Amino acid sequence: MSLLEVKNLRIEYPSRFGTHTAVKNLSFNINRGEIVGVVGESGAGKSTVGNAIIDLLSPPGIIAGGDVFLDGDLISGKNIDQMRQIRGNKIGFIFQDPMTSLNPLFTVEQQLLETIHANLKMSNSEAVARAISLMEQVGIPEPELRIKQYPHQFSGGMRQRVVIAIALSGEPDLIIADEPTTALDVSIQDQILTLIRNLCIEKQVGCMLVTHDMGVVSNVTDRVAVMYRGDLVEFGETAQVLGEPAHEYTRSLISAVPRSDRKLGRFPLVSYIEEAHELEKLDIKTHWLGQSEDQREYTGPLLNVENVSLRFTTKDSFFESKREYVQANKNISFSINEGETFGLVGESGSGKSTVARVIAGLYPPNEGKITFEGIDLTALKSEKQRRPIRRQMQMVFQNPYTSMNPRMKIYDIIAEPIRFHKLAASEQQIQQIVFDLLDHVGLGKMAGVKYPHEFSGGQRQRISIARALATRPRLLICDEPTSALDVSVQAQILNLLKDLQDELNLTMLFISHDLPVIRQVCDRIGVMRQGELLEVSESEKLFTNPQHEYSQHLISLMPEFKGLRTAI
Amino acid sequence: MFTFLVKRLFQALIVMFVISLVAFAIQDNLGDPLREMVGQSVSEEERQVLRDELGLNDPYLTKYTRFITNAVQGDLGDSYFFKRPAAEVILDKLQATLELVFGAAIIIVVVSIPLGVYSAIHPKNILTKVIMAFSSIGISVPVFLTAIILMYIFSIELGWLPSYGRGETVNILGWHSGFFTKDGLLHLVLPCVSLASIMLPLFIRLVRSEMLEALSSEYVKFATAKGLAMNKVYYQHALKNTMLPLLTVGGVQIGTMVAYTILTETVFQWPGTGFLFLEAINRVDTPLITAYVIFVGLIFVVTNTIVDLLYGVINPTVNITGKGA
Repeated sequence: MSLLEVKNLRIEYPSRFGTHTAVKNLSFNINRGEIVGVVGESGAGKSTVGNAIIDLLSPPGIIAGGDVFLDGDLISGKNIDQMRQIRGNKIGFIFQDPMTSLNPLFTVEQQLLETIHANLKMSNSEAVARAISLMEQVGIPEPELRIKQYPHQFSGGMRQRVVIAIALSGEPDLIIADEPTTALDVSIQDQILTLIRNLCIEKQVGCMLVTHDMGVVSNVTDRVAVMYRGDLVEFGETAQVLGEPAHEYTRSLISAVPRSDRKLGRFPLVSYIEEAHELEKLDIKTHWLGQSEDQREYTGPLLNVENVSLRFTTKDSFFESKREYVQANKNISFSINEGETFGLVGESGSGKSTVARVIAGLYPPNEGKITFEGIDLTALKSEKQRRPIRRQMQMVFQNPYTSMNPRMKIYDIIAEPIRFHKLAASEQQIQQIVFDLLDHVGLGKMAGVKYPHEFSGGQRQRISIARALATRPRLLICDEPTSALDVSVQAQILNLLKDLQDELNLTMLFISHDLPVIRQVCDRIGVMRQGELLEVSESEKLFTNPQHEYSQHLISLMPEFKGLRTAI
Repeated sequence: MFTFLVKRLFQALIVMFVISLVAFAIQDNLGDPLREMVGQSVSEEERQVLRDELGLNDPYLTKYTRFITNAVQGDLGDSYFFKRPAAEVILDKLQATLELVFGAAIIIVVVSIPLGVYSAIHPKNILTKVIMAFSSIGISVPVFLTAIILMYIFSIELGWLPSYGRGETVNILGWHSGFFTKDGLLHLVLPCVSLASIMLPLFIRLVRSEMLEALSSEYVKFATAKGLAMNKVYYQHALKNTMLPLLTVGGVQIGTMVAYTILTETVFQWPGTGFLFLEAINRVDTPLITAYVIFVGLIFVVTNTIVDLLYGVINPTVNITGKGA
């Protein structure tokens, strides 16, 4: 008998505009000691399934049909008190974001103990001992000391360990992990996944691992369920599903995963998921976009960064000796040639975004020199002198949901930089340029009259790119442009960036923590750790023969996606 | 902790300095003190001599320096009407006002938290709709109207409660309190309820919206998924997070309530500072007006500092100890 058996599960969200069916007739099962992956893109309903199993659907969601059995016992449709017996005690839950799933006002000890007391009958001293041993099990050093601390005193990875310790504290038979490593760095992701894997084997616990990361699926799961718009399209052994996908969607999804093992020109087969228009080809030679008046006689590297250091003050004091700093960038030096894509890779907190901001002039560096086409940017005194440089450098930000003014129409968002830098002669010309740009990034003219919230994440990122292109920049700084997006959308955006670069001879600084993405996009790569640039090397050379110890470590941790031998 | 206190003290001094400037400007420009001090028979020449003697013709800066030097020593001048130091007069009356504000604050806390929490947990319940409707009406009714209606119903028609004054008070270490006698408590009910009625709807709505936000948070969902009883999830995890913004707003509102007592005290003939202030304005008793402005400013500064300290105690992510980042 399976540990968890889901039969014909149907989840609906009724609203006054009609009923939205989030999950349709879903059936699958999980055995003891097994990890079952549930993959799909955002909106596929994979998290909804996890929430429905423990009856935590956010209103107005309801289970409209089907049954959920745990150890042969029907658990769907139980009342609140009966359900409470199951939560924590039979089923442990791990949420995506360790930054928000712990209550900031209670110590880790309080949060662990209340869970133990709610689920197991034991005295307080036994519970404390159990809490400390759980902290030890999940690999938190000095548990006696750290248990007294508050969540904000833990790093993201450590917090997720606390969450796992809490999820385990009621001795559950089944763990539902909803994107447990999405918010974490690759090395911590590896540790957390190994931890979950070992627990499943040692304690014969079943695990439902909800994720969108195909690398994770291929590395740790035994079986995998692929969901597409509420439907289960494929369910089977992981090697089978990833190696020889039967469904067209699975194939499309897999082909959109950036390969870590070799570089491809473009991502194939990504049209299944999001409606993408064919890009309108423009004749760059005659079009406004190609007619930049910037002088092109300069022959050296377009951007040169020399010994740049930046520190942030963490504790200010009247006395200089008492001030404390964190060194965000230490002695960074690199250069980017015209038309090249330079990648910066590193874990969160390594200072890679700070480098981008220093180059874009958002933070003035404490030391060092940045030259753009031979002009020393650090010597520019006023905003007025800087303005022509700002026009030639544009940024695409990580989060397409927050980097656009929600009260402005798309047309005005894109036209704003053109107006500001006075790049067009008349309003008619601006209109022509905006429409061409919208066509060019595959959105169409009609997008101009809409507001940002009417677009999906991928479409918004296209708008961000159009906005960045509107000043005819020569250097495009992309700070994690795809990390908030699904893989298929990511593939489209990366394809778009690549096409634009070929057409416009753009130079790009591409920042990402995702090694496979970096490999697909960049010509040269710099590896950063704790504010230092450890290694700069040709992209292929870095992946085949990394020089620095840390680069080797990073590359060895990269979840390798061993799928789809046949499709490409 | 020490650095924080020093910093706050410094900020408080700046605020008090600005308040003293305003207060002194009022004193310096409002009315003619000589008219209050001397009779009709004194001639204009004699008045000029007196002005010189009293230093009223000195430059502004000299006068302000004199004022602030005295003020720092606790001397805010003598009230024209009471012929006693203004600070002393206010301190006498302040007890009554603080008791009124304290009573109103208790009513607000005791009523708004349960009602706000209930309406957040059961958003579709009929009682929630009644609470929300009541709070909408409550916000729009002015305090003097509430006071008069209450007085009409409970004092005149039913005769249950007294309609004016403080009633019997007990002297405890120099503090005349109405909280310890039946008569004093009965006298407190109507003024406190009317004063509370201004802030109560606001607080119910605040508690409700903060609680709703806490309930939709991930940690509440995680707490539920851990298998905790729902009561524990609501009243420990969600409620504690609701308290933080409540504390911030509440601290500021206590100061505002002291100011609102002017209306309530006038309607109920409550012998507090608000009533006193109104009388002082009618009598152009400038030293008293100045002293009142300074006292209210002081209350604002003190409550805000206490609130900030408490906030740091409740919320561990706020670092007031000054150690580390």
